[in-house]
Amino acid sequence: MRIKCEVLVVVSGAIMLLATLAGCSSSHSAGGGAGTSTKATGAVKVDGSSTVYPITEAVAEELRAVHPHIQVTVGISGTGGGMKKFAAGEIDICDASRAIKQKEADKCAAKGVEFIELEVAYDGLAVVINPQNDWCDCLTVEQLRELWRPESAVKKWSDLNPDWPQEEIRLYGPGTDSGTFDYFTKAVVGEEKACRADYTASEDDNVLVTGVINSRYALGYFGYAYYSENKGKLKLLGVDGGSGCVKPSVETVRSLTYKPLSRPLFIYVSTESLKQPAVRDFVKFYLETTDQLSTEVGYVPVSDQAAEKNQQLFQKAASTEKGAS
Amino acid sequence: MSLHATKHRRWSKFLSAAFATVCLLALLSCLAALVLLLWQVLSHGIDWLSWDFIRDLPSRFPAKAGIRTALAGSLWLMGLTTIISVPIGMGAAIYLEEYAANNRMRTIVQTNIANLAGVPSIVYGILGLGLFVRFMALERSILAGALTLSLVVLPIIILASQEALRAVPPSIRHASFALGATKWQTIWHQVLPASLPGMMTGIILAMSRALGEAAPLLAIGAVAYVPFVPSSLSDEFTALPIQIFNWSARPQEDFHSVAAAGIIVLLLVLICLNAVAVFVRYRTSKQIRW
Repeated sequence: MRIKCEVLVVVSGAIMLLATLAGCSSSHSAGGGAGTSTKATGAVKVDGSSTVYPITEAVAEELRAVHPHIQVTVGISGTGGGMKKFAAGEIDICDASRAIKQKEADKCAAKGVEFIELEVAYDGLAVVINPQNDWCDCLTVEQLRELWRPESAVKKWSDLNPDWPQEEIRLYGPGTDSGTFDYFTKAVVGEEKACRADYTASEDDNVLVTGVINSRYALGYFGYAYYSENKGKLKLLGVDGGSGCVKPSVETVRSLTYKPLSRPLFIYVSTESLKQPAVRDFVKFYLETTDQLSTEVGYVPVSDQAAEKNQQLFQKAASTEKGAS
Repeated sequence: MSLHATKHRRWSKFLSAAFATVCLLALLSCLAALVLLLWQVLSHGIDWLSWDFIRDLPSRFPAKAGIRTALAGSLWLMGLTTIISVPIGMGAAIYLEEYAANNRMRTIVQTNIANLAGVPSIVYGILGLGLFVRFMALERSILAGALTLSLVVLPIIILASQEALRAVPPSIRHASFALGATKWQTIWHQVLPASLPGMMTGIILAMSRALGEAAPLLAIGAVAYVPFVPSSLSDEFTALPIQIFNWSARPQEDFHSVAAAGIIVLLLVLICLNAVAVFVRYRTSKQIRW
């Protein structure tokens, strides 16, 4: 009998300890929030692309200083995963590294989810090689297509250009769940998800970076932000889309001259959710700060025209919602 | 002694020594892997570990990034998972060991539980997504997370508890019955106290596993950026493994060190859990005298 009592005390004690720890910190945060603002709390649920995530996270973080009462959560289910939740009405905003597909738009329509599409930044896909690679500076889109298409016959660098070494090309690219993979295959191979299978694929871009750094004969592609964090260790390739060799940079990505590997990044906002002041404030703040914050996290701000269009779309949606409600 | 016999004996001695060496090497390679891991994590992360790191909210700047919401989320998950899975797991184990008739049905159930313990956790995540998040409409709440983790650890708890119950000698039960105790009295006053140390070990191991799981939580849609500590069962949450995963996938090198600091926090929580287990075992087993 004594044994049992003691054990129960210890076990429940351990659980209580855990709960108290969690409870302590939660009351702490509630106190902090109440001190700076007395407004009602609002929640904004964002999910979707891991490419757009850094921008949304930065906006959410900056928003804490201005509107501490708004609780923003940001998930990374990928563009496709985010769109599913968006169509089901589970989230307010979907981060997307590509435009919404017709199928997804149909699903939204079927569920009665209306939305606006806002262009928040541009991203360039960087094609990179090892710095010790001194023979290659530029590839044409045709060469990239030959290299990456399904059942590609290109095994060695000399298969791309007879002057180049007879060494096997080690290929690194994002995994098939990634929006970057979708975009690259569509832009280069011509068909979404059509790609050779014998390359090192990883959802973790750092694996790709390390792979290219460690092999003289490697070639890989990923978001420009991962290149700019590893500039000294990687060599950036120019891409010739028909009008000469262009390397990705803020200017070339923004003006879309870095073709075809510049892509716009979007957020999709449910107009139903815009009725909530928290979502409205968040989106307003997003549009105000995205220029600066997207640059900060390694992307390229949208053109003035696009920013103008964003504002118009937002104002229109927000004002009709106000009028309706 | 004949020459042949001596030779044979020498050969056996050699084999015996060789086997000991192989076993020692196996142990050393385990230790080496552990030491390497610890050294790598500590050397990267220790500089980033500070009180502020524990207290701060997530941030895009490595220097400002903190683990508070993830830590609180993990502790919430642990507490809830314990509350949900331990009574159910222990109850199931007691039924299977003490009450269930030894027939084909029991064999089927038993085999299934053993198989379930080996199912990859991501599968439970997908089940949780369909069952708790969508069907029961719990959304991406901490309750849905804890229920999913409970599914992951239940088979482990049941198997460990059964093991512990089986270790109680039948003579204890017979003696109790002989003294006129009912089945309930025998289980509650004799079998359970005697098997508790073993059960606790299994439970703590199961909880440690739940603490380290990221896959099922990602599957049910636990989010990466949560700037608040959950205060109710329906709140959204993040957890330590998810936060670490998120940090290590970032382009900035500093964030990889922050991830290492996060791993240190995770290890510390694990060590604390295990310390509790050792303490409880020590206290309870000391008092069992047959």
